[in-house]
Amino acid sequence: MAATDDRLEPVVSMRAISKSFGHVQALRNVDLDLYRGEVVALVGDNGAGKSTLVKVLAGVHAPDAGTITFRGRIVSIPSPAASRELGIATVFQDLALCDNLDVVANLFLGHELGRGSLDEETMEQRSWELLRRLSARIPSVRMPVATLSGGQRQTVAIARSLIGDPTVVILDEPTAALGVAQTAEVLNLIELLRDQGHCVVLISHNMADVQAVADRVIVLRLGRVNGRFRAPELSYEDIIASITGVLNLEEGTPEDDPRERLPDGPARPLRSPGGSTPAGDAEGGAR
Amino acid sequence: MSRERRGTARDLPDPSAGYTLRDMVSGFGGRLRDGELGSLPVVVGLVVIAVLFQALNPRFLAPGNLVNLTLQAAPLGVIALGVVVVLLVAQIDLSVGSVSGLASAVVGVAAMRLQWPLLVGIAAAIAAGAAIGAFYGFLLTRFGVPSFLITLAGLLGFLGVQLVLLGPSGSINIPFSNPLVQFANTWFLPPWAAYVIAGVAAMGVLGAGLARRRRRLRAQLPAEHPSVSIVKAVLLLGVLCLAVWYLSLDRGTAVMPVLFLLLVVAISYLLRRTRWGRSVFAVGGNPDAARRAGLPVTRTLVTAFMICSAFAALGGVLQAARLGSATTLTGSADTNLNAIAAAIIGGTSLFGGRGGAWSAVLGVLVISAISSGLTLLNLDSSVRYMVTGAVLLLAVIVDSLSRRSRASRGRA
Repeated sequence: MAATDDRLEPVVSMRAISKSFGHVQALRNVDLDLYRGEVVALVGDNGAGKSTLVKVLAGVHAPDAGTITFRGRIVSIPSPAASRELGIATVFQDLALCDNLDVVANLFLGHELGRGSLDEETMEQRSWELLRRLSARIPSVRMPVATLSGGQRQTVAIARSLIGDPTVVILDEPTAALGVAQTAEVLNLIELLRDQGHCVVLISHNMADVQAVADRVIVLRLGRVNGRFRAPELSYEDIIASITGVLNLEEGTPEDDPRERLPDGPARPLRSPGGSTPAGDAEGGAR
Repeated sequence: MSRERRGTARDLPDPSAGYTLRDMVSGFGGRLRDGELGSLPVVVGLVVIAVLFQALNPRFLAPGNLVNLTLQAAPLGVIALGVVVVLLVAQIDLSVGSVSGLASAVVGVAAMRLQWPLLVGIAAAIAAGAAIGAFYGFLLTRFGVPSFLITLAGLLGFLGVQLVLLGPSGSINIPFSNPLVQFANTWFLPPWAAYVIAGVAAMGVLGAGLARRRRRLRAQLPAEHPSVSIVKAVLLLGVLCLAVWYLSLDRGTAVMPVLFLLLVVAISYLLRRTRWGRSVFAVGGNPDAARRAGLPVTRTLVTAFMICSAFAALGGVLQAARLGSATTLTGSADTNLNAIAAAIIGGTSLFGGRGGAWSAVLGVLVISAISSGLTLLNLDSSVRYMVTGAVLLLAVIVDSLSRRSRASRGRA
């Protein structure tokens, strides 16, 4: 398949995803398309449904309603292992690193190489290759992860998610606890992943980070998509207005027109309703 | 936002890798300053203990006493080795004493009362230990009861079973002619065999080091200079030969401590070089991360408890063999806490994920040395308890201080 075609077909299509926990409706009829080679930022206030949406993809929560299409085929993601097998890697906020183990052991945790005894040399060599590919600044792969800085730890966690060569990489608040330089390091890394053809889904509260790296921004509010923005016309005020609910740009949940994704395509905002989804009613949260 | 990418992973030197002897020495100094004390405090402590007791009683370092010390240390060391494994997965087993006592009773009953073949009796005792460990693991992973409480219940429960097995007389004598008792008391290696074992160990270290260097060079990784492996092997050979020679001035090198060291080498290999060992350290460091990485957390916990209880059982069998009887006192009193103290004094963290099999050796040497020294001074066991307690406290303080130092240097 040609590269342009590849990038026109969504890798993941979520349609009319709903999920509730008891009386709380966490997601209502959410549609989301993810393409290769782009950074999609999910933003929204606390409790807007960002984490739930991501956890549906990560196989942590099963949706109550809706379909997920992965590379053109309808799939169910019942477990984190199933998600990983599809090629969806998730880096949660707590990073899930073992502080007492070194970088190599953490990178290959659960995927150790070698039969019988561990093949430390091959693992170390691959670790260097992986970290070099990510231009990571880590002095030694034989240091315990506890000795690394926050940015380096984030880098290790992201690098680990790349071990199975995933298509989609989900990052949950990757810059939340980082300083300025370390944030820049992680943002560089996100751009690098996009340039290497991964689809990066970024959950963030930090609008500066979102504006720096995101190609598209999806705003969630009270479990609904409340706005979709494209990188060129990102406006800080619009995003904030959309997050807080002052602005609602998503009355008809328009489809993302793949042609817009071509560099010479029409650069228009995604505000006009496309109406191609069967359950195109954002008010359908009652079901 | 600075977007230049300088100093990528490969360009920078690797400070923690030892390339040459000089790098190794300077790296060691750096780790010491950062609070990565490793086994240094224990070794220093052992030297202090040796000097102190030698000054008080010149018989302390005499070959005869050291031979006795190795015989005393081995059963406790086997138990401590199991405790190390359980501590590494951030759990604890308070019942190792009771389980060792139960195992000694099982051997006594099987070999003496039932007249089973000796090896069958030993196997039954160890199997009983492993079954107890599996039961603990099941309770822990199925119901989430803290291992502290499960094994506290086990401490009482299996002490009861031990008393039932021993019956009203409360003891089963194993005659001195029994091979098990002879193994633990009179089996000594002929000097040439001891030297051969020392040589094999040194060659093993050398061979492993050179093979590792070859693999690393093939993988285009920085590797140690061959001199590092050679010096290590020569040092090891020297120390072992000195020990064998010194012990041979008395009765010589006993078989039981060699068995203990073989078990340590085996567990050390399993912990350092296998998936299971990696899983043990991961579960001890961050069980949640281990689970999410797809590691078999339940299986790791259950096997850790099985190894601990099986080793406790083996230790109990050796203890009964050494004393020539299985009594209600076998595994009672201080066995439990001495084994746990030995593991911690040797440098295995109570908080999981840090330590290693060799800490059982160091810790049990400290405990046995103190006990032997105080016995030579004709001091009451009350004093021994107090001194051992103080040393354990000291070890935990050293551990906490080095943790704090690591934390302040960003090495937590």
